[in-house]
Amino acid sequence: MVPITTKKDWTSDQEVRWCPGCGDYGILLAVQMLMPELGVAPENTVFVSGIGCSSRFPYYMNTYGMHSIHGRAPAIATGVAVARPDLDVWVITGDGDALSIGGNHLIHALRRNVNLTILLFNNQIYGLTKGQYSPTSEEGKVTKSTPMGSIDHPFNPLAVALGAEASFVARTHDLDRKHMTGVFRAAHAHRGASFVEILQNCNVFNDGAFDGVLARQAREEMMIDLQHGQPIRFGADGHSGVVMGSDGQLRIVEVADVGVEALLVHDAHRADPGLAFSLARLSHDNHSPTPFGIFRDVDRGDYGHMVGAQLAAAAEKKGPGDLTSLLRSNGTWQVQPS
Amino acid sequence: MTDKPRDREPEQISHVVVRFAGDSGDGMQLTGDRFTSASALFGNDLSTFPDFPAEIRAPAGTVNGVSSFQVHISDHDITTPGDVPDVLVAMNPAALKADLHRLDQHGLLIVNSDSFEERDLQKAGYDSNPLLDDSLSQYRVVEIPMTSLTQKATEPLGVKSRDSERSKNFFALGVISWLYSRPTEPTIKWVESRFKDLVKDSNLAAFRAGFNFGETSELFDHPYQVKPAPLPAGEYTNISGNVALAWGLVAAGHLAKLPIFLGSYPITPASDILHELSKHKHFGVRTVQAEDEIAAAGMALGAAFAGHIGVTTTSGPGLALKSETLSLAVSLELPFLLVDIQRGGPSTGLPTKTEAADLNIAMYGRHAEAPLPIVAAYSPGNCFDAAIEAVRIALKYRTPVILLSDGYLANGSEPWLLPDPSTLPDISVPFATETNHVAPDGTAEFWPYLRDPETLARPWAIPGTPGLMHRVGGIEKEDGTGNISYEPANHSTMVHLRAAKIAGIANDIPLATIVGDEDADLCLLGWGSTWAAIDAAVQITRRQNLKVAWIHLTHLNPMPRNLGDLLHKFKHILVPELNLGQLCRIVRAEFLVDAKPVTKVQGLPFTAAELVAAIKGVLAGE
Repeated sequence: MVPITTKKDWTSDQEVRWCPGCGDYGILLAVQMLMPELGVAPENTVFVSGIGCSSRFPYYMNTYGMHSIHGRAPAIATGVAVARPDLDVWVITGDGDALSIGGNHLIHALRRNVNLTILLFNNQIYGLTKGQYSPTSEEGKVTKSTPMGSIDHPFNPLAVALGAEASFVARTHDLDRKHMTGVFRAAHAHRGASFVEILQNCNVFNDGAFDGVLARQAREEMMIDLQHGQPIRFGADGHSGVVMGSDGQLRIVEVADVGVEALLVHDAHRADPGLAFSLARLSHDNHSPTPFGIFRDVDRGDYGHMVGAQLAAAAEKKGPGDLTSLLRSNGTWQVQPS
Repeated sequence: MTDKPRDREPEQISHVVVRFAGDSGDGMQLTGDRFTSASALFGNDLSTFPDFPAEIRAPAGTVNGVSSFQVHISDHDITTPGDVPDVLVAMNPAALKADLHRLDQHGLLIVNSDSFEERDLQKAGYDSNPLLDDSLSQYRVVEIPMTSLTQKATEPLGVKSRDSERSKNFFALGVISWLYSRPTEPTIKWVESRFKDLVKDSNLAAFRAGFNFGETSELFDHPYQVKPAPLPAGEYTNISGNVALAWGLVAAGHLAKLPIFLGSYPITPASDILHELSKHKHFGVRTVQAEDEIAAAGMALGAAFAGHIGVTTTSGPGLALKSETLSLAVSLELPFLLVDIQRGGPSTGLPTKTEAADLNIAMYGRHAEAPLPIVAAYSPGNCFDAAIEAVRIALKYRTPVILLSDGYLANGSEPWLLPDPSTLPDISVPFATETNHVAPDGTAEFWPYLRDPETLARPWAIPGTPGLMHRVGGIEKEDGTGNISYEPANHSTMVHLRAAKIAGIANDIPLATIVGDEDADLCLLGWGSTWAAIDAAVQITRRQNLKVAWIHLTHLNPMPRNLGDLLHKFKHILVPELNLGQLCRIVRAEFLVDAKPVTKVQGLPFTAAELVAAIKGVLAGE
C-alpha cells in the first residue's frame, strides 16, 4: 500500500533557524513538498547530516534523523543503509562537510554505491563558522582566513563524484523548486548512491556567488539544461550548443556555425563516466555556461543489497548459524570426569 | 610409526616450555600452532605466546626477522606461557642470537646445523660459529642437519631441493613431537586437509622423517611425556583471544536476538576479529571493511541507530581516531561497542607486541564529560564472556562501551571449556514501539530522552517504527524531549544524568572478590592479561607460605562498588600493569589508597618471576 501523506506529515515541530533569506529554506520546502509524491512513509525515511548550516536539515523533517559529526554523514548513513536496506536514507551535507573534512567518506560511499540520496548544498563558503573559504571557493577569494585571497585550487564537486564513478550525478540550484524536485525525484528513484550538487546562496557570507549564472537575466545564456537523448543546446532559441572536438575536448559553439547534427547528444546512461566528467568540467567559474540536470544515471549493484545477498547465500549454503557447531568448529576434545 | 612399542620408554615430566624460533619465512608460528593443537587434543593444559616481528618478511636470516612461538604444556592447571623455555628450537643463527638468553641455563637447545654457514652467521652478527666455540657449553646442544635431512626425505617424491626447504619446519615439528610423545594423527590429518599434492606429500614426509629421526638417532636418551591435565570434565577447544572475542560477539547477537554489524579497518593485532566475523555471515553478521578507522566507527554507529548491534574493532592508533564517534555515541545514547586490542605505543609503536596502556584513553580520551563503561578481558577464553558482557551493558544502558583486550590475549591460546549455549544469559532489550508522553493538549508524543527511572537508559526507537520518528544529534538535547537546547541548567542536568547512568552500572556488575589470603597485608590489584602472571605469582608465593591477596578487575568503569572497602583492608596494594601505572593512579585518586605500581613496558607480558620478586620485595619491607 502506498502511504498517503501531505507536506505536514513530513514537517517536524521544530522552528527552522537558518538566517532569513538563506537558500536552504527553498531546498527544505522542495524536499518537504516532494516527499508525499514519492509514496514512502516518514517512519521508513532517515535523514543523516554532518555539521554545518545545511546539516541542521534533519531537525526540520518529521522522519528519523541524525545530525552527526563533521564530514562523517556518508559513513554513518552507510551503516544505516547497509544494516537496513528497507529504509530510504538521505544524506544532507555542504561543501566543507562533504569535500573537505569528509572527502574520504564521500568518495567511498559513492564508489561502493551505497543506496543513499546525497544532497550537497554548495554555497562555496563556510557559513556556520562565519565566513572562511571552502574547498569549492574560487581562487583569489578574500575571506577572513584568506585576507590576500585564496590560493587553493577549488574542487569541482561533480568532477569529484564522477571521478569516484558515482552511478547518479546531478546538479540543480536553490532558486528553482521545480527543477530541484525533478532532480531529487530521479535521485531518489535511483538505486545506489545518488549525488546531487545544489548551488545554494549564502546571503550572509557569500551573497550572489552564483548570480553570474543564476540571476534572472543571466539564466538563458548561462544555464545549460541537460536532457537525456537530446542535443545539448542552450541560449535564446537554442543558439548555442556543445560539441566534442576531434581532440576529445568539449567546446561551446554557435549552432548556426556547426549545424544541429554536430551537437553532442546527452547520454546519461553511458557506462563510461568520461563524457559526464567532461561536461562537469565545461565551466570553471560562476560566469560561464554551466550544465544543470542529470549528468549520469547508470545501474550498478547497490551495496546494501549485495551485502544482504552474501548473507542469504551463506545461510543457504551453511544453514542458519548454530552456536554449538560454531564453538566446535576448530576441533574439540573431551576431558572425562576423573 | 606410533604403533610399535618404543624401545626407550618416555620419562614423565609435569610440564615443559618449548620455544620454536626461526626466520619469518620458516613457518615457526605454524609449527608452534600444530604442536599446541596436538598437545591440546592430548589433554594437556597449555598456554601459548606467539612473538613475531611487525615486518612481514624482514631481511632473511637477520635477528630482526626472527619469529618465535612459545608454548607451555602441563599436566596441571597453568595460566602463563612460561617464564623460561626448557627447550629452544633454533632454525638459524639469528634465532639462536635472538632467543638464547631466554633459555633455561641447563636447557635443551636444538639447532638446524645446516643453517650455520659463514653467510648465515654473518647475517646474524656472529663473529664465530657458536656451535664450534664453547659459548653454548652450559646447554644440552643437539645439532640436527634439518635442511639436508628434509631434502633427502622428500627427494624420492620428486621435490626439488629448493622447495624442500619449505618443509623443514615439519621436520622440526616431527622431532619435537617424538621428543614429547605427541600423538601424530592430529598433525597428519591437519596436513592432509590443509595442503594438496606435492606440498602435502612433502610436508608429511618431512614430519615423518623428523619423528623417525628422533626415535632412531642416538641424539636423545629417551622421549618425555607430559600427561593430560586433570581439567574439569567437558568438551574443550584450543582458542585464541581474538577468535573467542569474535565468537563472543556472534553469541551476543544470538542472545540479544539482534544482528551484529561490524565496521572495521585492518589493524594489527585486531584484524583477526574482522577475518573471523567475516566467516559467519550465516549468523546474519554483517562486516564492512571501511575506508578508515573513523568510517568504521561511523558505520557501526549508523547501524546501531538502525537497530543492529554496532561494533568496531581496532587497536590504539584507531582508538584515537574513533574518539569523536565515541563522543557522539555518548551524546546520542545508543548501544555501541568499541573493541581495542591494545599494543605497544604511542603511534605505530610496537604493532605486534603487547602492552596495556590504553586504559587512560579509554577512560578519559574524549573531549568534555563523556564517561563510558569499560570492560577488560583477562584470558584468551575470557574474551568470549567479556564480549557478551560488553554488549549486554551497551544494549541495556544505550551507551558506547570499550572492551579492552591486548596482543597477548589476542594471539595467545589456551584450552577452553565450551560453554553450554543454553546457559548463556538473555541480553535482549525491547525496542520502543509506543509513544511515551502525553502533551498538555492530549496529544500522544514520543520523547526520545525520557529515561527508564532505574537504568536511566533512554528508549531505543528504530527507523521503521510508525509514530516514533525523532531526531538525534550531537548538539545538547533537552532532558526528556531530546530537542536542541542551549539552556545552562539543562546542560548541567544532562551532563549529570549521563554520568549518573554510567556510575549506576556499578549496581549491575559482580562485586570484586579476593583470591588468596583475605587477612594478608598485601593485595595485588590487576586487570586484563596480567591475570595469568599474577595467578602464577600468587600461587608460587602462597606455596612458600607468604600471605598474599589478589583482586582482578573485569569492569574498569564503573568499578565494583565494594572495591574501595576491600582495598582499604590492606596495608600494601601492588598494581601490576603493562603501562606506567594507569590503573594505579585511578585507584589512588578514586579511593585514596596508597597503591604502588609494578610496571613493564617491553612489549612483553610479565613473567611470574617478576611479580614474585615484586611481592617478596614488598613483604620484605623494601
